[in-house]
Amino acid sequence: MSDLDASLEVPGRVSADFAADRGDVIAVIGPNGAGKSSLVKAVAGLVPATGRVTLDGRNLMELPTRERGLGVVFQDQLLFPHLDARDNVAYGPRARGVTRADARRRADQWLSALGVGDLAHRRPGQLSGGQAQRVAIARALVTDPTLLLLDEPMSGLDVGVATSLRIELARHLSEFGGIALLVTHDALDALTVANRVLVLDEGKVAQFGTPHEVSQRPVTDHVARLVGLNVIRAGDELRAFEPTAVTVNLTEPTGSARHRWAGRVAAVTPHGAALRLVVRTADNGPELIADVTPEAATELELTLGRSVWVSVKETSVRAYTNRTQ
Amino acid sequence: MSDSLGRAPARLLVPAGLATLLLVLPLVSLLLTAPWSMLGEQLGTEALRQAMWLSVLTATVATGVCLLLGLPLAWVLARVDFPGRRLLRTLVIVPLVLPPVVAGVALVSAFGRTGIIGEPLRAATGLSLPYTTAGVIVAHVFVSLPFVVISIEGALRSAHQEYDAAAATLGASRWHAFRTVTVPLALPGIAAGMVLAWARSLGEFGATITFAGNYPGTTQTMPTLIYLSINSHPEAAKTLSLVLLLLSLAVLVALRDRWLVTS
Amino acid sequence: MPRPILTRLLVPAAVCLLLPLSACGDDTTEIKVLAAASLTESFQTLEKQFEDDHDGVDVKLSFGSSTTLAEQANDGAPGDVLATADEKSMDLAVDGGSATGEPTKFATNALVLVVPADNPAKITGFDDFADSDWVRCDDEVPCGRLAVSLLEENEVEQEPVSREVDVKSVLAKIASGEADAGFVYASDAVAAGDDVKMFPVPGADEQPNPYFIATLDQSGDSDLAQEWLDLVSSDEGQKVLEEAGFSTP
Repeated sequence: MSDLDASLEVPGRVSADFAADRGDVIAVIGPNGAGKSSLVKAVAGLVPATGRVTLDGRNLMELPTRERGLGVVFQDQLLFPHLDARDNVAYGPRARGVTRADARRRADQWLSALGVGDLAHRRPGQLSGGQAQRVAIARALVTDPTLLLLDEPMSGLDVGVATSLRIELARHLSEFGGIALLVTHDALDALTVANRVLVLDEGKVAQFGTPHEVSQRPVTDHVARLVGLNVIRAGDELRAFEPTAVTVNLTEPTGSARHRWAGRVAAVTPHGAALRLVVRTADNGPELIADVTPEAATELELTLGRSVWVSVKETSVRAYTNRTQ
Repeated sequence: MSDSLGRAPARLLVPAGLATLLLVLPLVSLLLTAPWSMLGEQLGTEALRQAMWLSVLTATVATGVCLLLGLPLAWVLARVDFPGRRLLRTLVIVPLVLPPVVAGVALVSAFGRTGIIGEPLRAATGLSLPYTTAGVIVAHVFVSLPFVVISIEGALRSAHQEYDAAAATLGASRWHAFRTVTVPLALPGIAAGMVLAWARSLGEFGATITFAGNYPGTTQTMPTLIYLSINSHPEAAKTLSLVLLLLSLAVLVALRDRWLVTS
Repeated sequence: MPRPILTRLLVPAAVCLLLPLSACGDDTTEIKVLAAASLTESFQTLEKQFEDDHDGVDVKLSFGSSTTLAEQANDGAPGDVLATADEKSMDLAVDGGSATGEPTKFATNALVLVVPADNPAKITGFDDFADSDWVRCDDEVPCGRLAVSLLEENEVEQEPVSREVDVKSVLAKIASGEADAGFVYASDAVAAGDDVKMFPVPGADEQPNPYFIATLDQSGDSDLAQEWLDLVSSDEGQKVLEEAGFSTP
């Protein structure tokens, strides 16, 4: 029996089973419309849902939102605009009957912990996106929730701001001690902050595993793209290989490569020191990505629309089955 | 008059100007033609002081009652999903379109001495609303409440419900969230509704006279006093209108800076 | 570009509305009588009579408060005849120059006491006024001044629960049972029929409210206007007025 056992359905949106223990940070990823936000809102009791979410033996689904003992960080923060940062953070303790002075003291501690202690008297309108999100995280953590829900906390932030917030969030979550559910569309969040990844696709759980498993053996195109892997599917059999393992030729290769496809270059983008090609293979074959050196690209004149052959050696391919389906 | 979006088009400016004229011209004319010299004499009369005090008193109490009853009703309309909600919203608006005298007749048929509720109430307790200051307040509440409900409901709808959700996740009960989040966020709408209600009450005449009657000191408000003066002392009526106009203006200007400047 | 059909139809119609009525109608002659509201029933009867007697003449009746009508006449409102329910309003029209010729007193209207049909407070006279909810017109309107003077004469010291803005409001309060008793003109009490019971007020006959009638300066057909005056003063006209509760000179 895990600390958290969930089996719930938001009709028409998402249906998911998963379990977690204290200390787990579960990243919830998937394309838009996969049901990520619906899942989190269902756990919080903010959308109608059926099923069970057992946390320490209590079924949360039978409780109103306010009794579920959650911390929620919303995508657009939803800081109360009429209260300053400190009173926003103090709101939870106040609602639970803590005295004003005590609640404010705890709020100040959490604001300092999140690095925004000096902004305690600012209203949300006077905070930047990153500052507001820190206040929102402090507000969610101040009530010592057992379950913390974060709905795309990094979205809408500048890249630099998101990076530093991600590092801090990872630190706070590792100290948190409860269970965190982090909705994200960023592979970095999933790989750096979480110890479990829940992949949603079309309202169903496509994969649930460690970041390593999910990034090495993705079962959905969405995750494959997120982590930059080529994944070829044949029934339940999946084969994954790195873009760097792909060889690009202008004529059909004759060597030992077992896997080869004809196609056209559909996109060329810089990727680190290399160039990343997207090759649309003929006969509705898979869309593959290949990393080539700029020198090779020049030599082969790899421009948009160029007909090429791509191939990969069997030794570079990981074969696995999709066990969750 | 011009910015990067282009000049304000005449087909908007001309009607806007006409609207301003239509609203301002009669008031300015009243100011220009009023017998100012009679103002002091009028202010000294017992009838005026009684009517003015009664008008301010009943409008203020009615506004308070409107808030006490209207805010919860607006909240129910904005936040609770129940069958017949649209019907209820329509019913709430009906007094707005009723001619005031009809509103008075409706009040009589409900709370009058022979009314559906008024008659048994009078038989049981000896109390009745007509001819009392309480009756004036009931008439004012009846005609002003729709303004309060509509105005606050609009504010509650635009003060997004997500904040209520955020409060719930933080452990707030619905009542706690109502007091600490919903109401503060809807405050501009609440204030606007109350100002509208107060202004409507201050100018209320038809329903009041039909339902509560007219007696100096008990039920005679400024609008009734003015109406009665028009027949016998048109000049005095103008002066009285002026007093009412200045009184309303003073209150609206005082409130504007504090409440009506919405962010 | 052709103009929308609606515009082509509406513009002439609107122009027609803005012009004086005669410009767009057929060629019946019209006289307009401005009359105090209490004359409604009797003048409507006389209207039929007058139109039967005068082929092609259309009588338009406009009822309102005497003061308002007199002021409108002074402002040049279209009208041929003015009939007021008091002397003061007629003086206003004479002073304002709109009433021409000598105004004629054609009827009087005495104040009466009315009670609801079932008379819940069992009122038959001033002696029963104590503890009852009775109403009268406000001091500012003629029916109120008349009531005050009669009450003083009869040494009644009780105060009304409400001073209504006009005599119709008093009547409405009585007819609906919202008040126990009230003072209205005899013509109003007659018009209310079975809804109210009527009692004479001692001394009321000595203080009747006089009704005056005069032709107006702006009349387009003063002969026809004079004929209306003649009808009102005729035996026939006086009989109609008496049936409506008025006393005649």
